[in-house]
Amino acid sequence: MMKRIEAIEAVAQEAEAQGALLIGNIGSPSRELYAVHDSPANFYMLGSMGLASSIGLGLALARPDRRIMALDGDGAVLMNLGTLATIADQAPENYLLVILDNGCYGSTGCQPTCTCQKADLAEIAKGAGIADVKTATTPEELRMAVRGTGAVVARVEVGNAEVPVIDLTPQEIRDRFMDGCARPSP
Amino acid sequence: MNPSQAVYKGMKRAGIDFATSVPCINLQDLLGLVESDPEIIHVPVTREEEGAGICAGAYMGGKKPALMMQNSGLGNCINALASLDELYEIPLLMIISHRGGKGETIVGQVPMGGRTPRLLDAMEIAWFAPSPAEAEDTVAQAWDEAEAGGRPAAVLLDIEFWRSE
Repeated sequence: MMKRIEAIEAVAQEAEAQGALLIGNIGSPSRELYAVHDSPANFYMLGSMGLASSIGLGLALARPDRRIMALDGDGAVLMNLGTLATIADQAPENYLLVILDNGCYGSTGCQPTCTCQKADLAEIAKGAGIADVKTATTPEELRMAVRGTGAVVARVEVGNAEVPVIDLTPQEIRDRFMDGCARPSP
Repeated sequence: MNPSQAVYKGMKRAGIDFATSVPCINLQDLLGLVESDPEIIHVPVTREEEGAGICAGAYMGGKKPALMMQNSGLGNCINALASLDELYEIPLLMIISHRGGKGETIVGQVPMGGRTPRLLDAMEIAWFAPSPAEAEDTVAQAWDEAEAGGRPAAVLLDIEFWRSE
């Protein structure tokens, strides 16, 4: 297994190589993303747990000419499971949902989620109708998996890296992402 | 003016080109108009909070988004309206079928129906309750306020609104 911050770095490097826009999940994942691979092409969620996959889907549908990736977690996906059915229904070819599954609510003290017992998010994603669902357990597997569409579920270790908080305001995050990357040029 | 047509024309005048929805019986004609409009990307969603998230992403991608739902769904998306839309100054037009008032036949609609305006007030979200004759103007104005303020705005359309011609 890999540390989550290693997985985030691998996904972010691949996203950059693909010219993709990247939505970062609330809490420690966005902080780790900011620490290892900050970019104006990253949108850091500071609230609204559960909606990284939805923000990514909306952006993918609005910008069919751009590659979009969302970096999500098991707790957040469990909070918004309907998102998997909607992603399957819309099936945009330019969108990939990456779920980093550490089996716990990592930002709030590592309380266990249902994926550390019986729930299997890859099987749930398949059952929701997502045609292409891959799994990964190493950074190398993850780099290969994130070149496709649909969803990737990567098992990662429990634990947060020691990284600082994001010292950007919500407006700064939005403006550099939206005006610099996400919105079409006039 | 047909009430669904009036709302639709207001959305068109505002330039709405992206919409998410959770259905209500009173929204069925409007949903049909939006679904058949090739200039609007329509995404039916499983829950209103999901719709707010999708609309936020679409806005950052250059779209003008609307969320069509019943007022019961306001409760399902209230956190996203504050900690996503308000936080990042993202506008959203909410077209809300307002149930639970005069003419309501389903008792389960009453508790949320009565509190819906106060919930919007507590969220500091501007809301409007037009007649069908006013609806086209009001819907367009609601989007303009949302866009100018970088926040959600709501149009509440009660049972009598949908019954009038």
